[in-house]
Amino acid sequence: MKKFLKVYNALILAFLYLPILVVVFFSFNSGTSRAKFEGFSLQWYIELFQDELILQSLYYSIIIAVLSALIATLIGTLAAVGINSMRGWKKSALLSINNIPVVNPEIVTAISMMILFVFVLSHFNGMEMGFGTLLISHITFNIPYVVLSVLPKLKGMDQNIYYAALDLGCPPVKSFIKVVIPQILPGIISGLIMAFTLSLDDFVISYFNSGATFQTLPVTIYSMTKKPYSLKLNALSTLLFAVILVLMLISNIKKPEPGKKAKR
Amino acid sequence: MSKTVTIGNKKATVSPFASWMTVFVLVPMALVVYYAFTNADGAFTFENLKWIYTYRSTMFLSLRLAFIATVICLLLAYPIAYSMSRAGEKIQRNATLIIMLPMWMNFLVRTYSWMTILENNGLINSALRSIFGLFGGEFDGFQLINNRGAIVLGMVYNFLPYMILPIYTSLTKIDNSLLEAARDLGSNGFHVFKRVILPLSIPGIISGITMVFIPSISTFIISRILGGGKDFLIGDLIEDYFLGNSGVVNYNIGAALSMVLMILILIATFFMNHFDKDAKTSGGGRI
Repeated sequence: MKKFLKVYNALILAFLYLPILVVVFFSFNSGTSRAKFEGFSLQWYIELFQDELILQSLYYSIIIAVLSALIATLIGTLAAVGINSMRGWKKSALLSINNIPVVNPEIVTAISMMILFVFVLSHFNGMEMGFGTLLISHITFNIPYVVLSVLPKLKGMDQNIYYAALDLGCPPVKSFIKVVIPQILPGIISGLIMAFTLSLDDFVISYFNSGATFQTLPVTIYSMTKKPYSLKLNALSTLLFAVILVLMLISNIKKPEPGKKAKR
Repeated sequence: MSKTVTIGNKKATVSPFASWMTVFVLVPMALVVYYAFTNADGAFTFENLKWIYTYRSTMFLSLRLAFIATVICLLLAYPIAYSMSRAGEKIQRNATLIIMLPMWMNFLVRTYSWMTILENNGLINSALRSIFGLFGGEFDGFQLINNRGAIVLGMVYNFLPYMILPIYTSLTKIDNSLLEAARDLGSNGFHVFKRVILPLSIPGIISGITMVFIPSISTFIISRILGGGKDFLIGDLIEDYFLGNSGVVNYNIGAALSMVLMILILIATFFMNHFDKDAKTSGGGRI
């Protein structure tokens, strides 16, 4: 049985990683074919760095991801604090609203916001979808994940510490920053990271809400796949994958440290 | 007394969230419903709902493919999730990372990669062809792509991690002493699995099913890349009506179709949650 499971797990991993290996392998193809390897070359990597459209949309993606993650973390953390102290129907109503973007299919969230943007923008001459609509849509689908990752930390926190700070004469805002925030910091950080990565990776919401001028990387990749496929995309994906792999390895090695700090 | 004291001011902390979500979640949802029941001039109509009937075969196909993909994901995911949950702590942490890592490569590029593997001149068929060639045989190649099987494969591939991780999480929460107790009381391996492990992992199974079923039923890219554009799914229709890729833009029909998609999912999650509650109460009693 154990041996069977080992073989089985290896097969599943092969299934998950096969397409990735194919992408990486063909990024070094000297030919133009996506399926026929002609020889080793780095030409697609060189071409990648000469492609202004790709570099620009990568830049846009990062800007949107950073801004939307920061704003969503701010709104979401505050909301979690408020929701945590609520009771009854108000609490469940807010939690239900929070869950709508999580449960709804992405395409429905995307088109619902698109309807709103088109509707509003049609009343203003010359305004188009772009940076603003994209940022708003990303903040909107990021907020729920921040709320969901901060709430459990608040539930697990001993509220008496906060009251103790108040009793000792610390003003509420300062107590909040000095006492509450450090307690829920792991939740805030994981919410922030989650929001950042969701935003960076998002295709569906951006596809409907980005307009023609301000496109994030996944949208650019999609428009490139419609034309004859370029192995530049393989080179790009390989590089991004390598970056993430390295980041994960580093964070995995360093993992015990934040836990220690949080306990202090 | 202490119950009335709360951290911060409830209104001040919640109101940015409440107003943001109202404007950008609730109002858009209301607009979807509004568009679904009006025509281009804004007059009330049931006309759009007729299109749902027109597209009933697309709906059923989406439902069917998403259902098949979800079942396959569940069957594939359970054994690996189970063996992960029984492994040592270090292996567990690494295994989670290894399962999540593929999701970090852009899903369009990964899905295209399946095209490379499956197409007529792709890796599998080329390999088979050269094997046949060794024996002097001719081989036309298998039709592995541009069919419904390839769409299901794409769904399973893209969403399998969403099934593995929740099941794994629910399995790690099972107290080992429960399993020992069951064994001490004379249960054999299969019995322990059926009576203890499976019922206790149902919450994970349920969330896995929702996390696979929802993106599967609403996908619009996988069907296009791997299905060869022959089989339209609901997602493809919605995309078409909103972006007009096949020449017609009609928000009203698109909104009606989106509404149906939401209703289908609401019904599915309702049944799922119901099942979850049943399992919790009856399963708890039986143990």
